[in-house]
Amino acid sequence: MSKLFSEDNKAALISPLNLNNPVAVQVLGICSALAVTSQLKPAIVMGLSVTVITAFSNLIISLIRKTIPNRIRIIVQLVVVAALVTIVSQFLKAYVYDVSVQLSVYVGLIITNCILMGRLEAFAMQNGPLPSFLDGIGNGLGYAWVLVAVGFVRELFGFGTLFGLQVIPSGWYAENGGFYANNGMMVMPAMSLIILGCVIWALRSINKEEKK
Amino acid sequence: MKALRNFFDNLKAKTGEGGKLHAFRSLIDGFETFAFVPNDTARRGGVNIHDAIDSKRIMSLVVVALMPAMLFGMYNIGYQNALAAGQLETATFWGMFFYGFLALLPKIIVSYVVGLGIEFTVAQWKGEEIHEGFLVSGILIPLIVPVTLPLWMLALATAFSVILAKEIFGGTGMNIFNPALITRAFLFFSYPSFMSGDNSVWVSNGPICGLGYEAAADALTGATPLGLTSAAGFQGFDCSLIHDAVIGLIPGSVGETSVIAILIGAVILLYTGVASWKTMFSVFAGGALTGLLMQWAGLTHIQWYEHLVVGGFAFGAVFMATDPVTSARTECGKYVFGLLIGFVAVTVRVLNPGYPEGMMLAILLMNLFAPLIDYCFVQKNISMRAKRATKK
Repeated sequence: MSKLFSEDNKAALISPLNLNNPVAVQVLGICSALAVTSQLKPAIVMGLSVTVITAFSNLIISLIRKTIPNRIRIIVQLVVVAALVTIVSQFLKAYVYDVSVQLSVYVGLIITNCILMGRLEAFAMQNGPLPSFLDGIGNGLGYAWVLVAVGFVRELFGFGTLFGLQVIPSGWYAENGGFYANNGMMVMPAMSLIILGCVIWALRSINKEEKK
Repeated sequence: MKALRNFFDNLKAKTGEGGKLHAFRSLIDGFETFAFVPNDTARRGGVNIHDAIDSKRIMSLVVVALMPAMLFGMYNIGYQNALAAGQLETATFWGMFFYGFLALLPKIIVSYVVGLGIEFTVAQWKGEEIHEGFLVSGILIPLIVPVTLPLWMLALATAFSVILAKEIFGGTGMNIFNPALITRAFLFFSYPSFMSGDNSVWVSNGPICGLGYEAAADALTGATPLGLTSAAGFQGFDCSLIHDAVIGLIPGSVGETSVIAILIGAVILLYTGVASWKTMFSVFAGGALTGLLMQWAGLTHIQWYEHLVVGGFAFGAVFMATDPVTSARTECGKYVFGLLIGFVAVTVRVLNPGYPEGMMLAILLMNLFAPLIDYCFVQKNISMRAKRATKK
């Protein structure tokens, strides 16, 4: 058990952050990325929720993977994910109620997130608990950083704020005699798709050599 | 002429690999082919169609066709300014024209500098010849926005559309959407309060270089004719307003107001064969038929012919819908493409209270469907011929 950071485990944790990113490379989990990234705070909360859920569902499924009958494995996986989603949802309601209201149905919809089922099927069903847990954390964080990047741009230019704090000086705004105006399109989901495309573009140009 | 030729030859000698001006190769090449018809034509043995006219000439013709609308737009800027200030009696023709010229000039410069700057950079970076498509877009963009639009918004929107609607699709000739309309759509959705509404966006206020007048703020409620339609108690246009709309002395985006100036442009485009009369005609036909239908159904107080002269309908039909890159290319497809643009534009105007003007949305929507329309007609033709061949 002393191989906590063996090569394979390290790869399971690190590669989803960049070369194997679930959102930017595999293009999974796009719908929630469009819906919750209009501001930074919900994007971070959503990213962390998904990280916790992927990590622990991977761990649990990996632990019981040998006892699950193959023909009903999807149902078993769904039960585990549903339980975890419910726990996270209740936790959010208890401690960060305003964000949970903002996220509305999208916390519940984590259960349908393709990243989760993909990792359970592709990784946790074949690997031991520790690598699966690390893989879950890696994929969750890979999802989270893309969300945060998109949320940062959208909140900064769409509302002029970051974490709800005014960043762009209010004297710049046209109604206060300045020249600036918030970009209304940044608030719309269409723009988050475009920004997501730009993130993918940037990531692919950075990784151009390594992929070949 | 000779001096210019020598000038370019001198410059070209320095643009080779490792030359002093290598970094500006695409820039110099672009201006050279703009000034002179290039000597090299397609080589023998290929399947290329030989034509003496290259795309820069076509683009130049469109720019020429846009001149009447642009010049009238300049005059109208000055006219609206004098009207708002109540100084119409004292204002002179040239005073109003130069006021509009000075108001519009920065927009044209910004649009060209930003757009061409990006195109030149991309061409240099990829080692390609420069794409000259922006020649037309650069003049279209200032003509389809309100005169009071801040320049930084124009620059941002131009950069957005050149990069994301054009270059990432592969540059001129590969774009799905009309770049000028994407610029307008970006501005329309990003900064709605600067692009439409009953506020003062349509009328330029304050003197520029000593020309023009300062109008009182409450005199600036320059609602466009289509802006009026969404107001409560709208009972149809005045006859005089439609008269003004045909001439063009109404508030609106710079180039779209005058139907007469646009029709002069249309004649130039059709005479030189740059634009397709099928597309142009069927946009007007589609709009008129849909207007009649809406009137017959009792949904609107606007007469069917009024749809064709107010707002951006005529401008869109003549200069935007006929864009050879983004419109349908099959001959029958052009009819369908045009009719649907007219239909969608009038439908949005009448049935959607949120958007008084639907021309931009209609053209962008049909840009998206143009390849599908072409596909259907090409397939129909293929199956028709296949049947004819197998029957014998």
